[in-house]
Amino acid sequence: MITVALAGLGKMGLSHLSIIRPHPLVDLVGVCDPGAPFLGVLAARTDVATFTDYERMLEETTPDAVVIATPSFLHADMVRAALTRGIHVFCEKPLFLDTRDGAELTALAAQRGLVTQVGYHNRFVGTFAEAKRLLEIGAIGTVTNALAEAYGPVVTKPSKGGWRDQRAAGGGCLYDYAAHPVDLLTWYLGPVARASGSRLDSIFSAEVDDTVSSTLEFGSGATAQLSVNWSDESQRKMTTGVTLWGTAGRIKVDRQEIQVFLKPGAVVPQGYTPGWNVRYTTELMPAPWFYVRGEEYSHQIDAFVRRVAEAVGAVGAERALDAPAAGLQGVNTFASASVTDEALAMILADSRGETVAQAAARPAVRPLALAGRPSRLRTLKQALIRAVLTAPRSRTRTRPTTPSGAAPATPAAAPAPTAMPSATTTTPSAPTAMPSATTTATTTPGGTR
Amino acid sequence: MTNLITPTTTTTTTPLPRLMLGDNQFFGVNHMSEERARAQLMRFQRDEAIADVLATACELGISTFMCTTHDRITQVADLVRADPARYPGMSFQPCMPYAHKYANAVTEDGFLGAIKRFLPSDGLLGTTLRGAKSVATGDVDGLATLLVDAEMAMFEGLDTPVIWLQNVIVDLLVGLGMDDALGVFAAHVEKKYGAQAGFITMNLPQTLDALDRAGVVNPIVCANINKAGFRMSGGIEAYREALEQRPFRGVAMSVFASGAIPPREAISWICEQPNIESVVFGASSRASLTSTKELIDEYWVGPRPLGTPAAA
Repeated sequence: MITVALAGLGKMGLSHLSIIRPHPLVDLVGVCDPGAPFLGVLAARTDVATFTDYERMLEETTPDAVVIATPSFLHADMVRAALTRGIHVFCEKPLFLDTRDGAELTALAAQRGLVTQVGYHNRFVGTFAEAKRLLEIGAIGTVTNALAEAYGPVVTKPSKGGWRDQRAAGGGCLYDYAAHPVDLLTWYLGPVARASGSRLDSIFSAEVDDTVSSTLEFGSGATAQLSVNWSDESQRKMTTGVTLWGTAGRIKVDRQEIQVFLKPGAVVPQGYTPGWNVRYTTELMPAPWFYVRGEEYSHQIDAFVRRVAEAVGAVGAERALDAPAAGLQGVNTFASASVTDEALAMILADSRGETVAQAAARPAVRPLALAGRPSRLRTLKQALIRAVLTAPRSRTRTRPTTPSGAAPATPAAAPAPTAMPSATTTTPSAPTAMPSATTTATTTPGGTR
Repeated sequence: MTNLITPTTTTTTTPLPRLMLGDNQFFGVNHMSEERARAQLMRFQRDEAIADVLATACELGISTFMCTTHDRITQVADLVRADPARYPGMSFQPCMPYAHKYANAVTEDGFLGAIKRFLPSDGLLGTTLRGAKSVATGDVDGLATLLVDAEMAMFEGLDTPVIWLQNVIVDLLVGLGMDDALGVFAAHVEKKYGAQAGFITMNLPQTLDALDRAGVVNPIVCANINKAGFRMSGGIEAYREALEQRPFRGVAMSVFASGAIPPREAISWICEQPNIESVVFGASSRASLTSTKELIDEYWVGPRPLGTPAAA
């Protein structure tokens, strides 16, 4: 068994919580959010120990691992707080908004021998993984060009704001949506060498992009077109797809199916034939131990848990589940997610007319975005960081009449960051999970601390 | 943990029909192909196209429609109400909520805004007060039952013998350990609608455990049950054990594993499993409805007592 704590109770946090809590190798020791109303519901109706102070949760529960599902601009400080305590980290995507944080914290994790993983769940989708396998064995020869797309109905009318509408907080179609196809491209083709012709355009959002397009060049010489739109109401939910053309064939892959064309005379992998081949996710995706919203979300948590279990030498780690344990190596480490972060930073810089050299020389994200609305965003950022990191270490429980009593961090002047949903996917929310306006933390085995 | 509910025993035990029609095919849900899903969306973008399939199904004796509370079901229900003779014996088994509706609302308006949007705004003082009181006191159960009532409004005047909680909610609650919420739902739909509660899940063994803890006796539970083991979390053996040993009323979905199993093989296998009271399937043509009905009639045995081994 390993002990796990979780921070952030937005849609992604709730999703991760519901998946990791039933894991046979996991003892969930704490959940933290500075202001999510749902925290009180958990405190009252489950045996989960709840906290409003992140660092206090880490100190009191001393978990083996922590799952961080907060807005991206909070990631660096929260990850650093965990790694310096020797805690393994799973963090939501995109990893860091400042690529310098990626270099520093990837090195820190490696130096301390800690497992890291980032929530690019598509790498755990059977079809996308099959495309990776085929590319690695050279099934379509040398990839010359690619098309990566993501469409979905996230912002379909003028936006009302929130962190999703603040680039400095990690909002916008680039970070929230384009991050997924870009991550698949870097998985398949390696680091991006250059971005050109990049456009980040708004349709409905006041301050961030709703569409992203770019031409990406890779070290191998391959190029890729990126086309992303999160204001596409023709989609029922997010759909992500990649098409790759190679000297010996073509792969077209989405979450459901992979279509592979192999030229006559190409080396044909086992199970494939020259010409057209179609394989479906139904045959490529094994059933997980527990399913909430898609096998890949369960498999990525399973992979993380098993890697941590192996790293800490937990009993039973090797026998509990079928997937191969990975230890410190694995899919979606900080190192690989940092490559994606750098690609996103290049696209952003290019869209502003900067060169690659300028992009590398200048911190790409936060200062650029902060320059737009300095006072408001700085206030937002400071309030939210304070909310997560500096709540007083009082044992006083929050009460409905004193909502700011034990949790003064509950942002009065700013929205609670983790109460805002992530647009990564369309996670349905429960009607029974709907929080009240005045959350009550009541007496429970754990209680809200 | 606070025990907020009293044990629920379902008193209405009307048998389920052996075959029920699902609605994924009407709303672009296809577990295999996004292109196929889009083609289905195009074909069924007129409400009348859905109603036509329902009428054909009723004509063939498949008169139970297990459907999500998608906005468009409101119009389909209107069509059925307007011409009952065209849909003899028709009953609805609502599955709630249509999760994307809530997810999009939460994205746009936040949690509280989404709640406000879906609470009934019929001007009835009682409902308004109930909603305001629930929000003010943090009465999650009160809010949940109000949302159930909001979802049920579209079925007014229609037969709804079973009301289902969708898998994403059931599995979220089971995962979070909020078992008692399952009991709250069961008690509400029975008390208010005289209906049996149904629970859809992708995690049959764990959900049966949670329902036991919540005091819901002999529950109706719908899960993927197919020869391929597709989306049967924990593996086919755990499901086999549950079917043989656990007291519940089983409804099988995804029996064809999204097309991965040939129809005759799929139906003959599911009919050999113990404790299956009904099969829900998707079809959008007379030929498909007819062939599935014929296969079920050929192989159907019906639920058998607990302890009956499943077919190999």
